[in-house]
Amino acid sequence: MTDFLRPVGVLVWKDIVLELRSRELVVSMLVFGLMLVVVFNFALSVTPQRVATVAPGILWASFAFAGVLAMSRAFAREREQGGLDGLLLTPVSRDSIFLGKAASIFIFMVLVEAILLPIFAGLMGFSAVSFALVLTIVLATAGFAIVGALFAAIAVQTKSREILLPVLFFPVILPVIVGAVEATKLAIGGESVVGIGHWLPLIGAFDAVFLVICPWVFSLVVEE
Amino acid sequence: MSVAPGQQDQRSKAVLRPNIKEIFLLVTGILMLVNIYMIFMVAPTDANLGNVQRVFYFHFPMAIMSFLAFFTVFVAGALYLVRRESRWDNLSYAAAEVGVIFITLTLLTGVIWAKPVWGAWWLWTPRLTTTLILWLIYVAYMMIRAYAPNQSKAAVYGSVMGLIGFIDVLIVYFSVEWWPGIHPAPVVGPLAESDSLESTMRGVLGFSFLSFIFLLVYLVWERVSLRSTEDNVKSLRFSLRRSRAGAAAGE
Repeated sequence: MTDFLRPVGVLVWKDIVLELRSRELVVSMLVFGLMLVVVFNFALSVTPQRVATVAPGILWASFAFAGVLAMSRAFAREREQGGLDGLLLTPVSRDSIFLGKAASIFIFMVLVEAILLPIFAGLMGFSAVSFALVLTIVLATAGFAIVGALFAAIAVQTKSREILLPVLFFPVILPVIVGAVEATKLAIGGESVVGIGHWLPLIGAFDAVFLVICPWVFSLVVEE
Repeated sequence: MSVAPGQQDQRSKAVLRPNIKEIFLLVTGILMLVNIYMIFMVAPTDANLGNVQRVFYFHFPMAIMSFLAFFTVFVAGALYLVRRESRWDNLSYAAAEVGVIFITLTLLTGVIWAKPVWGAWWLWTPRLTTTLILWLIYVAYMMIRAYAPNQSKAAVYGSVMGLIGFIDVLIVYFSVEWWPGIHPAPVVGPLAESDSLESTMRGVLGFSFLSFIFLLVYLVWERVSLRSTEDNVKSLRFSLRRSRAGAAAGE
């Protein structure tokens, strides 16, 4: 087990160190996420009466679009200097490489979401202090990271690179977005984890299914 | 230029194959003509919906055919990933192309039907939403294959997308079914209708199903053989180039 988890930790640490030195990803995700809120504010003309119905959608649209940046960078960085080939040559299982990449996408996304959420809550005027909301965000972001890591690995090898990623990613992630928006709507309304009903199991089931499938197909996708 | 034994095999088969396929095409063509005659002449005009109801005899079978095609993509793609035989990929790709055509036509005929019956081109019902997502997933399938760096990568990416897309659609269906923003399907939805379907209508629908199954099989068959011809041309071109290079080196 430690043989399997250690490379995952090393990979994640490598991405974190890279990010600490360059500081390009998290900052652009934050600015992009905030910019989306401004755009949606004008596009949907958010009034205090409509916040409860509109805010969860805006929140998740911003998280999803900002998340795509993290996904495309995860493998684009490796590709630039042939780093992916180096990674594949190391005597480490492909599953560890996949999970390391998915974990670093997850960490960057959660970090950005943790900063954006209070700002959103302040701008839109809802309460972000809710265990149900935090659980929803963690589960949904895990789904984003798992599927996103796989499609980023595919997209980076194609001719069109990052352009293809959203086209592949969004149709597949739709159930998570639907579930997360509905669960957030309920959580903002003051429901506890029990009150959210089948949305969290839906997202959890999505995570579990793709956590099994994606590492396997990842090893097929990256092989030469 | 010498011909590899495998190619000779394929050539002798190629002499035999078109006959069966052409007979199948003939049968499909006759079935389709009879089908169109039955839909427009034999089937009674719907008392409530009028002539627009006839689009249903195209719409419903085509929807089921696209699901069959995508199921084929899923199975053949999984077999390709396990066995790595190009015939499974050819089947998967052919089924995906034909499936995209059928599902596009399903959406278009549905829209034509919805406007006079529901009063709107589109309603966000679970069935419609799932179909639209299905369409997007398999359009992404075509894109992923088109942009892949080479054919073997395209085959792997396609199989992966076919696998994930198929599993995803099941989850998509649940998520949009539970989505509170969606109203229950209108009373005249395909399922509500099939209960009240008059016997002649049911007969016409059954016949339409049969002819569309023939059309689906024929189209996939034709596409698979076209694709193996493409592969043959590619390998011939490759060996021709190699023998030319060899001759040039000999001089």
